[in-house]
Amino acid sequence: MATAHHADHPTGLSRWLFTTNHKDIGTLYLVFAFTMAVIGGLMSLVIRAELWQPGLQLVDPHFFNQMTTVHALVMIFGFAMPGFVGLANWQIPMMIGAPDMALPRMNNWSFWILPFAATLLILGLFMPGGGPSAGWTLYPPLSAQGGIGTDFTLLSIHLLGMSSILGSINIIATILNMRAPGMTLMKMPMFVWTWLITAFLLIAAMPVLAGAVTMLITDRHFGTSFFDAAGGGDPVLWQHVFWFFGHPEVYILVLPAFGVFSQIIPTFARKQLFGYDSMVYATASIAFLSFIVWAHHMYTVGMPMAGELFFMYATMLIAVPTGVKVFNWISTMWRGSMTFETPMLWAIGGVFTFTIGGLSGLMLAITPVDFQYHDTYFVVAHFHYVIFGASVFGLFAAVYYWMPKWTGHMYNETLGKWHFWLTMLGFTLTFFPQHFLGLAGMPRRIPDYALQFTEFNQWSTVGAFMTIAAQFIFFYLAIKCMKGGERATDKVWEAADGLEWTLSSPPPYHSFTVAPKFK
Amino acid sequence: MTAPRDRTRANRRLAVKLGVITVAMFAFGYALAPMYDLMCQAFGLNGKTGRIAQQTVPAPVDNTRTVTVEFTGLATSGLPWEFRPLVKKIEVHPGETMGVKYLARNLAQEEITGQAIPSVSPGVSATHFKKIECFCFTQQTLKPGEAREMPVQFVVDAGLDKDVHTITLSYSFFNTNKLSAKKYGGAALGQVEDTAKHHAHPTTASGG
Repeated sequence: MATAHHADHPTGLSRWLFTTNHKDIGTLYLVFAFTMAVIGGLMSLVIRAELWQPGLQLVDPHFFNQMTTVHALVMIFGFAMPGFVGLANWQIPMMIGAPDMALPRMNNWSFWILPFAATLLILGLFMPGGGPSAGWTLYPPLSAQGGIGTDFTLLSIHLLGMSSILGSINIIATILNMRAPGMTLMKMPMFVWTWLITAFLLIAAMPVLAGAVTMLITDRHFGTSFFDAAGGGDPVLWQHVFWFFGHPEVYILVLPAFGVFSQIIPTFARKQLFGYDSMVYATASIAFLSFIVWAHHMYTVGMPMAGELFFMYATMLIAVPTGVKVFNWISTMWRGSMTFETPMLWAIGGVFTFTIGGLSGLMLAITPVDFQYHDTYFVVAHFHYVIFGASVFGLFAAVYYWMPKWTGHMYNETLGKWHFWLTMLGFTLTFFPQHFLGLAGMPRRIPDYALQFTEFNQWSTVGAFMTIAAQFIFFYLAIKCMKGGERATDKVWEAADGLEWTLSSPPPYHSFTVAPKFK
Repeated sequence: MTAPRDRTRANRRLAVKLGVITVAMFAFGYALAPMYDLMCQAFGLNGKTGRIAQQTVPAPVDNTRTVTVEFTGLATSGLPWEFRPLVKKIEVHPGETMGVKYLARNLAQEEITGQAIPSVSPGVSATHFKKIECFCFTQQTLKPGEAREMPVQFVVDAGLDKDVHTITLSYSFFNTNKLSAKKYGGAALGQVEDTAKHHAHPTTASGG
């Protein structure tokens, strides 16, 4: 399909509207993702500004709850997921030696659903009664009561889900059908492997969320009673169905970042990835386990002892394949000739923060302990360490790593390092104290708090503003790199390995019109 | 390498297969609802109580143990009823059939139908708390201003865990008509200010 295209292509707006080119669509995804990151980031600043001191200062509690809800939805569905789909679009065809994605027209469609979904999501905030305020998990009965803003959100989630399902189908078809001759499954780059598994997680988990959201919509408007106790339904059912999607979702967010770490660390350690096969099996095990641990998000809901034990042990089991991955990254670096360019800093930083997030996750997995941590800032600290600390760090690592390839220009290394260190410092300042706040009993999603929590909250707020400010360095650097700068070589990095580095920098519009030889 | 045309066809075929998986998983999401109900009934999850027909052969009563059963009730915000148990707690022996009454009074100027949803805590005792007769088995309709005593007959069976000394039975009474519920205060979150202004009916009473 892609090979039927002409060498010349439309320019201006219609190029972007009608494009079926994997690089154009990858760029669109990334631009969209980082735009949403700015919006979601500003919402987090509203939250942090309100929490600067106890009492109610800036916003009323109802709006505060809308901010926590929409911040999460924007960051998860608007930033992290599209960001990684953007990376997949740019990189997978180049890494497996294909000319383009397998289903280019569907690719265009899966992107162009997103701006409409995002518009619905944001518009919800401006509806009478405001946006959704039940938290991103949208637990009924709260989410069944919200005004029309909640309906906007539910429809938006439907669209976002469709987009990522279409994107996943495309990614699976590309990886399974379009590889260069000689590239067997067990010779694929790790980033491709992690995306293949992520895409399967997406088509298994997102439809379940779509089902749950549909049930919620019919409960709200068409008289069904799935979650409505008055009609014989049960709100707890929502929690089960939601988390059946929700737990695979967190691996959907983090597995592609693991793939990125597995590409970058060997390059800058100048060694082959340690334990490639075990990496593949570990990723697949994590994916499988993610479907049988959902109820660890709801230990306090009232489960029989056998259920609590099962979910506790299954959850703790995830530490094994995850540990394999972390040990493999460390072993790759062990006695390597390491240098610390910006992508490597993000990758090591990501492994470091992810390990902390993984350990706090293990603490949360222990049922009796979770009864105390549940719905406190400890949980907030934990998931920001994994979602920001692994997914977003991985996204930045990937962008720095491949940006010279995409643009043909080297980025400014000094600014890149400033960006990393300021983000790392701001991130730690924001989220590390939240562990202590949570252990001391500060509940999440509440705009006011007891006096003794003031100091840690102020650290957190300073850190949050610092983190967001540091991102402007990145935007400046990225735009500058797109416009010009020192020319990048084809290989870019001294020890870079993989088919994408055999292409010119920037690569031709259609990556491999003739399938390359793969050793 | 396969010809581009073959590859296009292979891509489409694979996409269709993956689409089928997607649709199947959507259906699975719906299937979780009846599966959840079955699990709840089988294991007495989430306070879902046991239910038996009138006992033909009286079970042996264990006079050596006493269990405190507490009663509470709540008319939810969309139901303008006064609703409370007439006794707050009683002592029972396992195996013994007991009865208590709740009082419900319609405070609104129109006929309203409600449905009570029971819950038993601790949840692990739910399967051993068996209701023989209960006003929650059917919907209840009250005329304007009408008050009615509503009976519950139950038996705590001898299989109850020895460590459980207190069982709480609670009811949430819901308005079965969603429009009517909205009118009496079960409004959408965003319209809280509106309903506060037009709060025509007396505040709903809760039992306990």
